[in-house]
Amino acid sequence: MPKPKVAFYWCASCGGCEETVVDLAEDILGVVEKVDIVFWPVAMDFKYKDIEAMPDQSIVATLLNGAVRSTEQEEMARLLRRKSQFMIAYGACAISGGIPGLANQFSREQILKFNYEDAPSVVNEKKVRPQLKFSDNGREPTLPSLHNVVRSLDQVVDVDYYVPGCPPTPKLTKAAVTALLEGTLPPKGSVIAPDIALCDECPRKATKPTDLSFTEFRRPHQVLMDSERCFLAQGVVCMGPATRGGCEAACTRGGMPCTGCFGPTSRVRDQGLKIMSSLCANVAGKEEKEIGAVLAGIPDPVGTFYRYGLAKSLLRGKVSLPATG
Amino acid sequence: MKTNHSNGDVRIGFYICHCGHNIAGIVDCPAVAEYVAGLPDVAVSRDYKYMCSDPGQELIQQDIREHGLNRVIVASCSPLLHEHTFRNAVAAGGLNPYYFQMVNVREHDSWVHTDRAEATAKAKALAHAAVDRVRFHKPLEITKVPINPDVLVVGGGITGIHAALTIGNAGKKVFLIERQPSIGGHMAQFDKTFPTLDCAACILTPKMSAVRSHENITLWTYSEVVKVEGYVGNYTVTVKRKPRYVNEDLCVGCQECIKACAFKEPKFPDEFNVGLNKRKPVYIPFPQAVPQVVVIDPERCIQIKTGKCKKSCLEACVDRQAIDFNQKEQLVEIKVGNIIVATGFKLFDATRIPEYGYGLYPNVVTSLELERLVTSSGPTAGEIILRDGSKPKTAGFILCVGSRDTKTNRWCSRTCCMHSMKLAQLFKEHTDADVTVFYMDIRAPGKGCEEFYDKSLREGIRFVRGRVAEVTDWALSPEEEGKLVIRVEDTLAGFVRRIPVDMIVLAVGMEPQLDAQEVRRLFNMSCGSEGWFLEKHPKLAPVSTFTDGVFIAGCCQGPKDIPDSIAQAGAAAAEALALIDKGYIEQEPNTAYVVETDCSGCKSCVPLCPFTAILFDEATQKARINAALCKGCGTCVSACPSGSVRQNLFEDEEIFSEIEGMLSYV
Amino acid sequence: MSDPNWQPRIVAFFCNWCTYTAADLAGVSRLKYAPNVRVIRLMCSGRVDPQFIMDALAKGADGVLIGGCHIGDCHYVEGNYKTLRRFTMLKRMMADMGIEEQRVRMEWISASEGERIKTVINEMVEQIRALGPLGLPQQFEEWDREMTALEHAAAEKSETEVAHA
Repeated sequence: MPKPKVAFYWCASCGGCEETVVDLAEDILGVVEKVDIVFWPVAMDFKYKDIEAMPDQSIVATLLNGAVRSTEQEEMARLLRRKSQFMIAYGACAISGGIPGLANQFSREQILKFNYEDAPSVVNEKKVRPQLKFSDNGREPTLPSLHNVVRSLDQVVDVDYYVPGCPPTPKLTKAAVTALLEGTLPPKGSVIAPDIALCDECPRKATKPTDLSFTEFRRPHQVLMDSERCFLAQGVVCMGPATRGGCEAACTRGGMPCTGCFGPTSRVRDQGLKIMSSLCANVAGKEEKEIGAVLAGIPDPVGTFYRYGLAKSLLRGKVSLPATG
Repeated sequence: MKTNHSNGDVRIGFYICHCGHNIAGIVDCPAVAEYVAGLPDVAVSRDYKYMCSDPGQELIQQDIREHGLNRVIVASCSPLLHEHTFRNAVAAGGLNPYYFQMVNVREHDSWVHTDRAEATAKAKALAHAAVDRVRFHKPLEITKVPINPDVLVVGGGITGIHAALTIGNAGKKVFLIERQPSIGGHMAQFDKTFPTLDCAACILTPKMSAVRSHENITLWTYSEVVKVEGYVGNYTVTVKRKPRYVNEDLCVGCQECIKACAFKEPKFPDEFNVGLNKRKPVYIPFPQAVPQVVVIDPERCIQIKTGKCKKSCLEACVDRQAIDFNQKEQLVEIKVGNIIVATGFKLFDATRIPEYGYGLYPNVVTSLELERLVTSSGPTAGEIILRDGSKPKTAGFILCVGSRDTKTNRWCSRTCCMHSMKLAQLFKEHTDADVTVFYMDIRAPGKGCEEFYDKSLREGIRFVRGRVAEVTDWALSPEEEGKLVIRVEDTLAGFVRRIPVDMIVLAVGMEPQLDAQEVRRLFNMSCGSEGWFLEKHPKLAPVSTFTDGVFIAGCCQGPKDIPDSIAQAGAAAAEALALIDKGYIEQEPNTAYVVETDCSGCKSCVPLCPFTAILFDEATQKARINAALCKGCGTCVSACPSGSVRQNLFEDEEIFSEIEGMLSYV
Repeated sequence: MSDPNWQPRIVAFFCNWCTYTAADLAGVSRLKYAPNVRVIRLMCSGRVDPQFIMDALAKGADGVLIGGCHIGDCHYVEGNYKTLRRFTMLKRMMADMGIEEQRVRMEWISASEGERIKTVINEMVEQIRALGPLGLPQQFEEWDREMTALEHAAAEKSETEVAHA
C-alpha cells in the first residue's frame, strides 16, 4: 500500500516552523518512514510543476506555514489546497498572520519605501525599486508582487486543521501527524491544542494573587524579573490568560512572559481585545489621568496584544490601508 | 465562530404592537411584520393593536400551542415596563419565559422620531436583531433567595421611629440605629407643630417611649452604620457603637453626675438648643431623651482628655457605678434582610447669605433657634428675648433663605412657609409684637394649611411680598436707630421699603445631610442631582431604591413635613413587610457562571466583583461564582481573557448576533 | 465610496439602570432626535466587551456609543470604572488602527438625563455624518479583490502549466 503523501510549504515565514519538523529529532525518521514527502522546499528538491502534475486530492495533507503576503504565496496556497485532502495551517503565521501580520499597520507603499529608500542602512540614491517584470535578451523574469494586506491561510483557502505556536512544539507536531496517520483527527476546523488558557499549565500560577491590581506596567528589559513569580504579579504583561496552552509553558518556564503565539481559545473572537479587556479591568485608578499613567507602561498596545494575530483580528489591520498601490 | 443563521429546531413567533396610535402612528407595523416573516426560523409574524392586553397575551399563548413556537418576540414598549408581563404570558402559554425577547419600538422609536420611513427602517433593524438573538436563548429558572425577617432602620427621627414601630408591631425584629445620643431627631426640638399647633413633644415622646419599651425593637443610639455587605434578604451590617463612657444598662438618668461635675458651670455649646445655651461635658441631650442615659463628651471631659480630674461624677454615681471611663468603641455585626434609611436633613447654613446678617447681627436668628426660644423647656423657658434680654416689639420673618435660589439651592423646602407662619403666630402670642412675614409665595398645601394661613392673617400678622435684599443696622432715620432694617421691594405695593424691626427670623431651607454621599455609597444607593437619596421612581416607587431591600423614607428623600414623613415611614415599612411576608425574593436569572472545563484559573476575574461573588477554589484551581451573590452585571464576563465566564441572558453569542442583526437591515 | 443615500448607522450599548432608562425617559418626554442609533440593552456598561465594539464596526456600523452610569454611581458599584479603563486603552488602539476618535464614544448618562440622550445622539450623528461612512465590510471586500483577481490568473496559469508538463 503506498505511503500517504505529505507536503510542507512555507509562505511569509521565518523558517522556525521548518525547524520544528527537524527538531522532531529521532522521531523524524519515524515520520519519514511512514509518509512520502512530496514537497518540502527547505529540505528537498521538488519543483512547482511536480505538484501541478499531481492529480487533485492526491496529497493526504499539506502542512503550510507562514502568512500569505505575496501573489506567489497565494498561488501556492491555492495549488496545494487543490491537490490536498487536508490543508493544515501550521504555526502562528498561517493561523493568524503571525509576526508578519503586524505589517498590516502600514501600507504596501510605506513598507517598500522604508525598505528600499528610508531604512538607515540602505544606500539607494536612485530610489531603485524591484520590478515585477524585466526584459532581458528575450527572457522575461518575473517577481511575485506583494499584496496590500497580510492574510492568514484561511483568509485565502479552506483550512481543515490548525497547529498553533511560533513555532508549534515538536510534541504537538508529532501528535498532529500521528492523528493524521491513524485517522483520529478531531472535527474539521479544530485547533490541535488544548482549548484552555496557558495559566492552567504554568508553573507560576500559584504565585499569582487573587487581588491583583496594576499600578504600573513594565517591560521585560526594564526590570530584573523574578524567576518564579507570575509575570503579571510583577507588572509585566503576559498574554498567558488569553492564550491557549499546550506548549507546556515553555516561555514562562524559560524566564520570559507569554507573548500569545498559540492564539486565543475557541470562545474568543479577538485575542488582543480580550487581553486588553482583562488587563484594563484590573488597572488601579479611577480617573482617566491616573489610568492613562498606568497604561503608558504599554507603549505599543497593537504590537503587544496582536503580536501574532493582527491579520485575524476583527479589524484585520489599520483600516485606512489602501486596497491598491 | 459563525453565527447560527438557521437552526431547524427554532420556531419564532414575532409580534409587533400598534399600541393604539402610539407606535402605529409612526412605525408601519404591518410592513415590519412582513419583513420579519421573511427571516429564517420565523414561524409566525403578526401585528396587533394592544399586545399587553388579555387578548394580546392569549394570542401568544394560542400560537405557542398551535404553531409549536419555542421563541417569542414582542416589539412594543420598553422592556422596563412590560418585559415581566410578557414573560408571564409566555410562561402561561407553556414555554419557558426566558425564551422571550422584547424590542423597544415605542420609547426608543415611535415616540422619538418623526420620519415614518426612518422609524420603520429602525424598527425592522431592531426586530432583525431580536430574531438573531433569540435563537440563542436558553431556558432559565428563577432562583428564590430567602429573606431574613429582621429589619434595620437607620435614623431615629420621627420617620425612623414610626417605621420601627410599624415593623415591630407586625411582630418582626427591628434594629433602630441613631447616631445622636438620643432618638427624636429634629421634631424633638420643635415647640408646636402646624397646622394643629399640637405640642411636638406631646405627640413624639409617647412614640419614643414605645420604641424604648418595645420587645421587638433593639435601640442603639450613639451608633453608626459603617459597613454593609450582602444583598436583599441577606445583609450583614457592621455598626460602630461609640463610647458614652456610661453603662446604659446601669444608668437610671438621675443626673447626679451632672450636678457633681468638676465644671461648676456649664461651659460648652448645647447642640440640642442650637448653641443658645451651654452644657457640661457630662450631659443628657434633653429632658425627654430616650434612652434616659447621660453621655460624656470625650472632647470636653478633662478626665478623658488628660486623665487628671477628681472624677466627682464617679463619686456621685457610687450606688449604680454606671460611669466607665474605660469604655471603648465597639464594632458589632448584625444580620438583617431589609434596610430602611431615614437619616433626615440638615438646615441651610445662613452665613452663606451674608446680606441677611446671620452671625453678624446678634438678633438675626434661624427658625430652629426661634423654636428653642419659644419652647417652654428651652434655654429661655419660653421667653422670646433679644440677646440683651429685652423683649422684641417688632419682628420680621424672611422666607426662602437658601431655597428657591439659583445662588444656593434651587428647590423649595416645602415646610418653611408653614413653620414660619406657625412661629409668627407663637411669636405674637408670646410677645404681642408686630410681626411681618416677607415672602415670595405662600405655599400652604395640605389639610388645614390654607386655613392656618387665614388664621395668621386674622391674628394681624403682616405679609409683604418681596424677596428681602438686605438686612442692615445702618440707620437712615431716627425710627431705625438701634434696630435691624429690612430692605425689600414690596412687589404688591410697587416700591422699595425699609422696615425696621427688633428681631429677624430666617426661614432656613432643608438640605441633604453633609455626609449624604458617603452614606448613600454605604447602602449602594444613588443621589439625585440635588443630593437627596434617589427613589426608584418619583411617582410609582417613592420609597424604594434601585437596590433591592434598601428603602428610604422621610426628609432624606426630599423636603417634607411630619405627616408626609410618617406616611413614607409607613410605606417603607409596608414594602419591607411585603418582602418578609413572602419569605423570599425572586432573583432574575441573569447571573454569570464559570464553565469549569474552560477555566484556566488565571484569577483575572476574582478581584473584579464588588459583591465578592467570585472566589478562587484552591482545590480545583479554578474560579467559582456564587450565583446567590451574583447581581448580573457581567463585568467578569467581558474581562475573562479566555471566554470561560459566561452570563445567562447576556451570552456572547446572543450579543454578537444582536449586533449582526442590527446591521443586517440597511 | 459616495452613496448619496448613506445615513450614519450607530450601534449603542446602554446600561439598563441609567442610560437605557434615560432613553426611555426621552421617549416618555417625546423628545425628538436622529433615528440613526440602534440600542442594545446590557445590565451594566462593564459588560461591554471591547470585542462587541470592534465587531460592530467590522460588521458595518459607522460608530459605537457606550452609555453607562456616572462615575461613582454605577448600580453595580464599580462596573463603569472598568469601562472607563478599557475605553482609555481602546482609544489609543483605535488611533493606531486608523479609526477616527469620534466614532467610538463613551458617555455617562444618568436615569434622569433624558435631554442628554437627545443631545449626545444628535451630536454624534452629525459628527459621523461629517466623517462619512466607515464602511468596513466594503473595505474588507475591496482589500480582498486583489485575491479574486489573482485567483482567476492562477487558474489560467495552472492550466497552461499542466499542458506544458
